[in-house]
Amino acid sequence: MNNEEYKGLMVFAEQREGKIHPVAYELLGKGTEIAQKLNIEVSAVVLGSDLGDEINELFYYGAEKVYSYNHPVLADFDLLNYKHNVARLINEVKPETLLIGATHLGRSLAPRIAAAVNTGLTADCTALEVGDEGNLVQIRPAFSGNILAHIRTTTRPQMATVRYKVMQKLPRDPSRKGEIIEKEPEIIESVLKIVSKESSGGVNIAEADVIVCGGRGVKSSTDFELLQDLADAFGGIVGCTRPIVDDGWMGKEHQVGFSGNTVKPKLYIAVGLSGSPQHLAGMRDSDVIVAINADPSAPIFKLADYGVVGDLYEVVPKLAAEARQRS
Amino acid sequence: MDIIVPVKQVPDMERVKFDTEAGRIDRSSASGEINPFDLNALETAVQLKEKLGGTVTTISMGPPQAETSVRDSLARGADRGILLVGKEFAGADTWATSYALAAAIQKLGKWNIIICGEKTVDGDTGQVGPEIAEWLDIPHVAYVSEIRDASESGITVVCEMEADHYGIESPLPTLITVTKDINVPRLPSFADKMKARKAEIEQWGASDLSEFADPTNLGLKGSPTRLNKVVIPSEEGRKGEVFRGSPEDATKKIADALQALGVLGSAK
Repeated sequence: MNNEEYKGLMVFAEQREGKIHPVAYELLGKGTEIAQKLNIEVSAVVLGSDLGDEINELFYYGAEKVYSYNHPVLADFDLLNYKHNVARLINEVKPETLLIGATHLGRSLAPRIAAAVNTGLTADCTALEVGDEGNLVQIRPAFSGNILAHIRTTTRPQMATVRYKVMQKLPRDPSRKGEIIEKEPEIIESVLKIVSKESSGGVNIAEADVIVCGGRGVKSSTDFELLQDLADAFGGIVGCTRPIVDDGWMGKEHQVGFSGNTVKPKLYIAVGLSGSPQHLAGMRDSDVIVAINADPSAPIFKLADYGVVGDLYEVVPKLAAEARQRS
Repeated sequence: MDIIVPVKQVPDMERVKFDTEAGRIDRSSASGEINPFDLNALETAVQLKEKLGGTVTTISMGPPQAETSVRDSLARGADRGILLVGKEFAGADTWATSYALAAAIQKLGKWNIIICGEKTVDGDTGQVGPEIAEWLDIPHVAYVSEIRDASESGITVVCEMEADHYGIESPLPTLITVTKDINVPRLPSFADKMKARKAEIEQWGASDLSEFADPTNLGLKGSPTRLNKVVIPSEEGRKGEVFRGSPEDATKKIADALQALGVLGSAK
C-alpha cells in the first residue's frame, strides 16, 4: 500500500428513514477543521433511496463533494450492500481518512469495511487531532472510560468511528454548495432480510438535553413519577440504571451505562444512584452533573458538579418546584 | 448445530487499578475472567445446542493464563476449548485479532454459527466479531437482543439499532454479536467445574494456523493501528460542590447555579 496515494477526508453519512443522522454533520464539522489544517478536501458518502433535498444538507454542514448511491435496496441498512459499495468507493477514491458515526449501524458496518479494504479501525473516538506528520491521532476511552488511548493508523485510509454528540457541527449555511457525484451502486444479493421494524415509543435518550436518571434509591416503580415530574420541569426525559431495567420498571431504551446508552446531555441529574463504574462510563461526559443521594460516600459525588446529600423524596419535588418557578 | 464462541479474558473491572501518573493499567491488580458480554454469547450458544443438538466450541487468543477462561467456558457448557497462544499473537489490534481467530475458525472447518459478545469491557470496540465475519465472507448481525427462531437453514433475530428494533433473517453460516439483554448466563455447577478442571484445553500456535494465516498479519507486526500513548484522566474540572443541610436551601443553591450556567430558566 502506498500511503501517498490517499488524499482527502471522507465522512460516511448514515441515514435512517431518509433522514441523515446528525452525527454526520458533526463529523463534517470536525472534518472541515482537520481539512483546513492539512489543506485537503472534505467529502461525504451517502447510501439511500430517493433522498432528494436531504443530500444538500451535507453541503450546508461542510461537505465539498457528496458521493451519492441511490437504490431501493439501500433505503434500509443492508449491511452487505453498504459494505460492498463503500469498500469499492474507497478503493476508487482513496481517501486518506474515513470517519463514521459510532452509532449501532456505524459500529456494525465500519469493521466490515476495514477488513474488506485491509486497513486499521479505531472504535468510538471522542477526540481527533492532527499529528506531527499530518496523520490522524485518534483518541478514545477504554476500560469503561478509565483510560484514554491515543492511537494512530499505519495503513490508509485511517478509519475511525466517532461518538455522537462529541464533535461540533458548523452552523447550517444553506448558501453553501458542492458537487454531487451520482454513483451507480453495484447491488449484490441481499441475504440478510429485514422481516419486522419496531420503534420503542420514540424515546431516544442519547438525544436528550436534560436527563433525570434514577437508580436503586428509588423505592418503587411508581415513584419514578417524581423523577418524571422533575424531568418535565427541566424539559428533559427520565433515564435509569441497569438494575431498574432488570426489575422491569423501565424499558432498555431508558438505560444509561456501559451496557445501555451512552449519553452526553447538557444537564444530568442523578437521583438515588451510587455511580457504579459501568454507570459512570455511560454519562461521565455530560456537561453538568447534579447528584442527589442520601449516602455522602456514593462515588457519583466525585463526578458531580453539584450534589445534595439528602432524601431524594424531599429533594426531588423541591428542585422541580424551584425549576418551575424560574422557567 | 455447531457453534463457535470466541471469548476474551479481561481483568475484573471492579478491581483493576489505574496508575494515573505512569499512564498504565496495572493488570496484576485484578484477576482475569471471561469478558462478561462473552458469557451472554456462551449462554446463547448453549441454549441453541440444548434446543437443536450439536456442539459448542470456544476459542480464545491470549497469554498462557487465558487458559483459565477457556476452562471456565467448558464449565459453562462448551464442549471444546481452544487457546491461540504464543508470542506471534501478542500485541494484536482488532484487525490482527480477528484475522487470527478467523484462521482458527477456518481450521476447525465444520460450524454453522459464530456467536460473539457485543464488545469487551476492556477494549470496548465491538469490532472483532464483524471483522471475523468479513474474513470468512459470511453475513453478520450485530446488537442481537433476542433469537426468535433458529433451525439448520437459518436464524431470525432481533437487532437493536438504538431505539429501533429490527427483525432480521440470516441464512447459515452466519455470525451474530449479542447484547447483555439476550439472557442471564447460568452459573456453572460444582460438578461442571470439576469436570472442566480435568478437561484438555487445546493450544494452537501460529504454526498450527499456517495453512490459513500469513504470519506477517499476526500480532503487533500485523496490526495496522498502534497505541501512541495512554492517558488516565483524573476527574478534575468538576466543581464538586456538595450541599448538606436543609433540602430547601440546597435546592435553591443548585437552582441558582444551574441558572447561572444557562441550563435552567431565563438564562436559556
